[in-house]
Amino acid sequence: MIKPNGIEMHKKNRIMKDRLILLLMAIPFILLIFIFSYIPLFGWVYAFFDYKPGIPLARTPFVGLKFFNIAFFGISGFLNSLLNSFAISLLGLLCSPLPVVLAILLNEVKNTKFKKFVQTTTTLPYFISWVIVFSLFFNIFSINGALNNVLISLNVISTDNPTNILGNEGATWFFQTALSLWKSTGWNAIIYVASISGIDNELYDAANVDGAGRWEIIKNVTLPGIIPTFIVLLLLSISNIVNNGLEQYLVFYNPLVADRIEVLDYFVYRIGILGNDYALATAVGIAKTFLSLTLLLIVNVISKKTRGEYIV
Amino acid sequence: MTGKRRIKPIKLFDFANYTLLSVFAFITLYPFYYVIIYSISDPSEASKGLLFLPRGITASNYIQIMNLDGIFSAFFVSVARTVLGTILTVFSCSLFAYIVAKKELCFRSLIYRFTVITLYFNAGLIPWYLLMKRLHLNNNFLLYIIPSIINAYFVILIKTYIEQIPPSLEESARIDGAGYFRTFISIIFPMSLPIIATITVFSSVGQWNAWTDNFFLVSDQRLQTLQLKLYNYLRQVDFSSLSMTEISSGALAKRSSPESIKATLTVIVTLPIMMVYPYMQKYFIKGLFLGAIKG
Repeated sequence: MIKPNGIEMHKKNRIMKDRLILLLMAIPFILLIFIFSYIPLFGWVYAFFDYKPGIPLARTPFVGLKFFNIAFFGISGFLNSLLNSFAISLLGLLCSPLPVVLAILLNEVKNTKFKKFVQTTTTLPYFISWVIVFSLFFNIFSINGALNNVLISLNVISTDNPTNILGNEGATWFFQTALSLWKSTGWNAIIYVASISGIDNELYDAANVDGAGRWEIIKNVTLPGIIPTFIVLLLLSISNIVNNGLEQYLVFYNPLVADRIEVLDYFVYRIGILGNDYALATAVGIAKTFLSLTLLLIVNVISKKTRGEYIV
Repeated sequence: MTGKRRIKPIKLFDFANYTLLSVFAFITLYPFYYVIIYSISDPSEASKGLLFLPRGITASNYIQIMNLDGIFSAFFVSVARTVLGTILTVFSCSLFAYIVAKKELCFRSLIYRFTVITLYFNAGLIPWYLLMKRLHLNNNFLLYIIPSIINAYFVILIKTYIEQIPPSLEESARIDGAGYFRTFISIIFPMSLPIIATITVFSSVGQWNAWTDNFFLVSDQRLQTLQLKLYNYLRQVDFSSLSMTEISSGALAKRSSPESIKATLTVIVTLPIMMVYPYMQKYFIKGLFLGAIKG
């Protein structure tokens, strides 16, 4: 046995000290993550108790899956909001090639200034809040908004019969989809612009040498180059089919379109925060989380089977 | 002749392409443009309808905005949450990313996984709402800045960047006797400025745009943000409450003044983003690319 000499002991001590110092430095951040990301999970127990605000959980009766039963079978609002979530998400999925189209069109532009201008303008809406989006489109589509002014001055419609898209129940799914597209198409296109620039230039050169036309180059070089990215993003958005988000539907909600705009996230807000039924709202929230996790696992398996690799 | 024929379809393609992209840019920009010309038009003129040009240019709407109740307080709250929230988030995320990037850290991979996994689950609105209340963050300015301090996505981006910095730079400082914190401040942070800039832009835009925390949990008027103030103004005249008789009886003109105020307030709330956005765009894009490589 060789006894470690003083210097080595000192070195060892110093390394141990370093490891502890780092851990101590990390602890405040670990605590923050634990408090704000993990503790809310414990709030899931509310779904299994007949919780009423003000009465401690210890003195409230355990009700098992009662609220899940109520959510799925007891109130009509859940199924309706599930339908709305699916409908709006599916319309969004149908439009998912739009950013690809924008990226390809941008790629074909030779004038750098014009290209930059289009890219800058189309990305801007991604960085404004839904409150602003609501204000902008209210100005255009409300009863006394720009659209009606134009239509009236062109004598397309009469003054006492203005269009009201914001209050049109039948148009809600399409209008909300169009709004999401307006807000995020430019931003989503950036990722495809990046994958196009990642395509080997030799492929383009070879296609040019072969005398391929512009359409042929787009079809045979550009498109195959971005399809892998497209598929990953498509699969991910399938797993998010029930996560429409709340802000958009909160700002555009109004009684006229209530039945068609209430997505699952809004439903949770309405029964939980407006209706104070924490237990039922939490049960719906849990169901939503499990639904999207299940979808994520399914698309992950699909991805592995078809592409040979997992997404997450 | 034959040469001409070969060039023709290419030109047609370009023409169609430029037209399509211009339409795209127009659809994006027009709503912004419309609200701006509305805000600088005379309210009674504007209510008769605008299309491309302002009517009766005036600054009166902007002067009226100054007299709105609590407008300066809301502006101050929004600026405060943006500045303080961003500083806290950027500093904490980068320090934490540095710590997690150190191989010597005890339980390093466990801590990293503990952080990253938070990107994949979300307890939901109600548990979050109840927790904030239990922590007494409702009606509290800290609600705006504390829960968002650590963002797992930012930590991943910064950690990836820090790992590319040559270790020799750091070692020389450590040999000179600098502790981890000193090394972070004097070497790692300045070396990571490109990614720090990206995070700063993401975080500050997020803070400026945030309003649901205010909406759900803060009723105190003194803590109201500009976004929620605008939201409340927009909601004052609900489109559904406008019945057909009201419109035909000329209520349209009477409501025009609030419309101008709303448009003006919208411009003011959007302006900071529109002004910094063209300069910041490259940082956003950089962040997205880094995220794409990682994910």
